[in-house]
Amino acid sequence: MRMASLKVYIVRRILLAIPMVFILLGIVFLIMRVAGDPVSAILGGHAPQEQIQQIKEQLGLNRPLLIQFFDYLGQLLRGNLGRSLIWGQRPVINEIWDHFPATLELSVCSFIISVIIGIFTGMIAATHPNKPLDHTFRLYGIITYGLFIPWIGIMFQLLFGVYLGLLPIGGRIGTLMEPKIITGLYILDGLLTLDFDSLASAIKHLILPSLTLGIYLSGIYTRLTRTHLMEILEKDFIKAARARGLPEKVVIYRHGLKNAFIPILTMMGLQFALLLVGAVLTEITFSWPGMGSLLFERITYRDFTTVQGTVVFFALIVVTVNLLVDIVYAYIDPRIRY
Amino acid sequence: MIDVKYSLSKHIVSGIRAIFPRRTAEYFALIGLILILSIIVMAIFAPLIAPYNPIKKVGDILERPSNKFILGTDGLGRDILSRIIFGARTAILVTFLAISISLSVGVFLGLLSGYIGGKFDSVFSLIMDAVYSFPGLILAIVLTAMLGPGIVNTAIAIAVIYTPTYFRMVRGLVLSLKESLFVEAARAIGARDRTIVFKYIFPNVISSVPIVLSLNAADAVLTLAALSFLGLGLPAPTPDWGFDLKAGHAYLAAKIWWPSTFPGLMIVILTLGFSLLGEGINELLNPELRR
Repeated sequence: MRMASLKVYIVRRILLAIPMVFILLGIVFLIMRVAGDPVSAILGGHAPQEQIQQIKEQLGLNRPLLIQFFDYLGQLLRGNLGRSLIWGQRPVINEIWDHFPATLELSVCSFIISVIIGIFTGMIAATHPNKPLDHTFRLYGIITYGLFIPWIGIMFQLLFGVYLGLLPIGGRIGTLMEPKIITGLYILDGLLTLDFDSLASAIKHLILPSLTLGIYLSGIYTRLTRTHLMEILEKDFIKAARARGLPEKVVIYRHGLKNAFIPILTMMGLQFALLLVGAVLTEITFSWPGMGSLLFERITYRDFTTVQGTVVFFALIVVTVNLLVDIVYAYIDPRIRY
Repeated sequence: MIDVKYSLSKHIVSGIRAIFPRRTAEYFALIGLILILSIIVMAIFAPLIAPYNPIKKVGDILERPSNKFILGTDGLGRDILSRIIFGARTAILVTFLAISISLSVGVFLGLLSGYIGGKFDSVFSLIMDAVYSFPGLILAIVLTAMLGPGIVNTAIAIAVIYTPTYFRMVRGLVLSLKESLFVEAARAIGARDRTIVFKYIFPNVISSVPIVLSLNAADAVLTLAALSFLGLGLPAPTPDWGFDLKAGHAYLAAKIWWPSTFPGLMIVILTLGFSLLGEGINELLNPELRR
């Protein structure tokens, strides 16, 4: 019974995601063609007529909009995002796979950092309601959310990179390193190939960017943990646990935090878009060669197809992650399935 | 006589006391308001406050902070303090424009969609949900890249991100208000749909806007700063915190910290103002959150 209803839920949830994907793809398509003229975006506005015609021909932009849209969808279904307009015209999908591991590595590390800081500070705040510690961490939650990632990143670069000289301020790995690439995640590759020099260099390069993004995101988890844990700690079963004489630590960790975890987990899924946005800004601040840097670089070079492909890729990631979060949530909490 | 005097002084005392905050939330709201208002004052009186012309070379390039240039000069020899003061204009103007556009479009469509319901509602909701789920900054980056730089274009790009927030909130409220007794009563006495929506439903919906508005404003300041940081915001000589931060970033390795530190600090202060205000009123208006 239990598994059957979960399966039904998953199928239903996937069916619901399909129109969402089409609408997102449609929005990207419209922005790239209607919000501005793609040809002048590529050529910069002052181009001879024949060159304009040539680009239109090359990209199929002189066909009716609807036909362009179906062609674009058809290409996407076959996993074809077109070819880059610059530098050897590589397929866009290859460009994306080259840059995606960097973004993944940064996002995962920042996420772990933010969750650790967030749950820890939120827990302290929740267990000292209306005390100075509580106010401090509430303020921490508000301030971190208002931090401008490039600025906090630059401050870190100044302090730890320029003045203390402890950590590198840009890039993913030392310029002289030649890591063997297996997964594209340098830390994992360093471990797999037992290349400890590259591993150390990769970790050193990762610290400042992931700390920047991690601290920015942690404030949200501080607030989430605080609110949900406070709510749980007022429930009867907590009072019962305390009445039984259980040590306060056991009450808070085993009874409180464990039960507050489900709502915190769901909200984490909802913050995924924020993680991506943060990653884009962090990457650009630290010259981290991920998807955000790719997007920014290609906007500067007016590489229309790569920009479109990157944005489509972002859209698909978001839909997929939201889908996965919903399914995991339904698995944990059976009430969701109905 | 004595009585009157007594009650008068009591009124004054309680009046003064009312200005001073008693709860944390009130402190948050008050501090937030002060931060925002001082930046608005700075924006309005920029030409009077700023010591130099913000887009003219007035000193050597990259001069350290000194008595002559309190916050130093940037890479083009312009006074950073003056640029920061004029930058407040850009930040306030674009944020105000963006929030006004998203508020009016979002509230209007939300009212319409919620009230009409049916297929119209499903289509609009789906589109708004799609935009809502999309990483906002990425959408704004592509939009500004296609629309081109400029105050209005940047404001539109930012407005697109926040429209769904208002839409979803208003639509949800309308759906529940639609079934309420006073709307039914209005319908029974033969009120037209337009009257019901704008005279009866709208005032009940609009009261929940300020909290969302303040938090959105904080977000909008950050998004504008991000767009300018990427060089997609306003065209070049315009004083703009995000753009100046990016320009200052280039001199970091030479231990030249002032051209990037100060413009960035302004972004953080304004955002902080809006989030403190939003957080404060959120707690004051929602008794459930009070603890």
